[in-house]
Amino acid sequence: MADSRQLYQEVILDHNKKPRNWGTLVQPTHRSEGLNPLCGDHIFLTLQLNDQKIEAIQFEGESCAICKASASMMTTRVKGQNVEQAQQMVAEFRDMATGKLDVDHTEHHLGRLTVFSGVRDLPTRVKCAILPWHTLQAALHSKSSVSTESGAENV
Amino acid sequence: MNTSLSSSSQKPINEFDVHRIRDEFPILSLNIKGKPLVFLDNAASSQMPQIVMDRWLCYQRSEHANIHRAVHYLSETATAHYEAARTTVQRFINARQSCEIIFTSGTTESINLVAQSWGRQFLKPDDEIILTTLEHHSNIVPWQMVAQACGAKIRVVPMFDNGELDLEAYAKLFNSHTKIACFTHVSNALGTLNPVAQMVATAREHGVVSLVDGAQAVPHLSVDVQALDCDFYVFSGHKLCGPTGIGVLYAKASLLESMPPYKGGGDMILSVSFEKTTYAPIPAKFEAGTPPIAAAITMAAAIDYLSGIGLDRIQAYETRLLQYATEQMKALPGVSIIGTAAQKAAVLSFKLDGVHPHDVGSLLNDDGVAIRTGHHCAQPVMQRLKIAATSRASFAFYNTFAEVDVLIKSIERVKLIFG
Repeated sequence: MADSRQLYQEVILDHNKKPRNWGTLVQPTHRSEGLNPLCGDHIFLTLQLNDQKIEAIQFEGESCAICKASASMMTTRVKGQNVEQAQQMVAEFRDMATGKLDVDHTEHHLGRLTVFSGVRDLPTRVKCAILPWHTLQAALHSKSSVSTESGAENV
Repeated sequence: MNTSLSSSSQKPINEFDVHRIRDEFPILSLNIKGKPLVFLDNAASSQMPQIVMDRWLCYQRSEHANIHRAVHYLSETATAHYEAARTTVQRFINARQSCEIIFTSGTTESINLVAQSWGRQFLKPDDEIILTTLEHHSNIVPWQMVAQACGAKIRVVPMFDNGELDLEAYAKLFNSHTKIACFTHVSNALGTLNPVAQMVATAREHGVVSLVDGAQAVPHLSVDVQALDCDFYVFSGHKLCGPTGIGVLYAKASLLESMPPYKGGGDMILSVSFEKTTYAPIPAKFEAGTPPIAAAITMAAAIDYLSGIGLDRIQAYETRLLQYATEQMKALPGVSIIGTAAQKAAVLSFKLDGVHPHDVGSLLNDDGVAIRTGHHCAQPVMQRLKIAATSRASFAFYNTFAEVDVLIKSIERVKLIFG
């Protein structure tokens, strides 16, 4: 198992402390709620789409640093992108976090989000990093909620 | 025999020698990421000493066959050890008779057995089940399931901010509809040690049956079910240095006799035909199929091991350890202890300002420190305290004061990282 200190880098700690695009849009066209019952990560995502372009995106909720920083950096990354580009990034981020995409040797669109690549070595934290992206995917598909446990309760 | 060597190398019998105890647990010498394991997740599951592991091996090597069936040597041997394990458990909690001990797969199954067998037999529409805010999900969900099936209602004992139950409110919940009161002996999330003897007495004054969840109590203090006078007492093997997959339901014999079987199968019958089946007497009536024989015998070895040290000495040592950990934790700015009941078992739940428990858990793991983070399967406690999760250090008698220091240092490092 990797040392998690490699994951808690300055950029992640900064986004955790000062999340970007924090809040809820007044008139969103799309919204979704993401829940990770395992650790209690719970986020709300609102989007404003215009002609297939993400014009505005905001999130809020209660979550661990990995989840919050992932959500914050996701919003800055997908803002201004079209739906197709955003979905491409969702797929790439998911593949990076689960170890299927080698960001060092494969072309990708994740930019600084590669700071999360180390999460693949921390199996219990993969879901924290991916939750915002699942929630974005659900919002784009007009689903109102998503859970990392597919609704199953973990006791 | 060199008696002088043994007498000089051994400490007086009354001294609690934690280092000698630790040597008996192979897993405690593990290194995690190059650092010595500091195992503080004992409330979830405890570790097993070599002598208890050896018991399992010995059983498989020279004693195993199916029980209560054949007339051959091994079957008789296995049966004798299995039934001796029942007697060990009986003595451990001071039950009147060994037939009052039912082996189950664990605390969860024990509670489900009572809920499904006793509950479906005796609960009628509008009857009431008393639970407490402190319960683990395993002492909530089985009751919700049977309440739904029988039309019964659940009433909940409120909790104060410090994690103690409101006993005045508890006493007021009883009425003519109340049929059973179920409560935990020790809270897994906060460590609160409930005054269960008093709570059982209150139930008895109202002619109400009581169930005590002892999963978190039996590893830490000596339990006497006759002194408590509870109707049901349940616990698991893996929390008291035994294996997983084995647990205990204690119930008064008269109650067990009044209850229908919970599962059907072999070993729980006297005779079977397609017209009529006659059930075996207790405890066999509740142990359908081949039971976890090796696990039961190994759990008994774990009980013998703990009894050999002495539960009173274990409790005294853990009380000092908890006190030390509590003082150290209190001295850390930005750290708050969740659960400050006057009477507690060795559980320390805490929160760090501005840091999610999951991040705390991951970073402590870098220092080899194993704690639990989350809602601890006790979401009603978290909802009551308006928090999503806590970090929880839970101690066993094999933990040391030096390990508490490692925990505190590791928390300080997390605080530094998060600024």
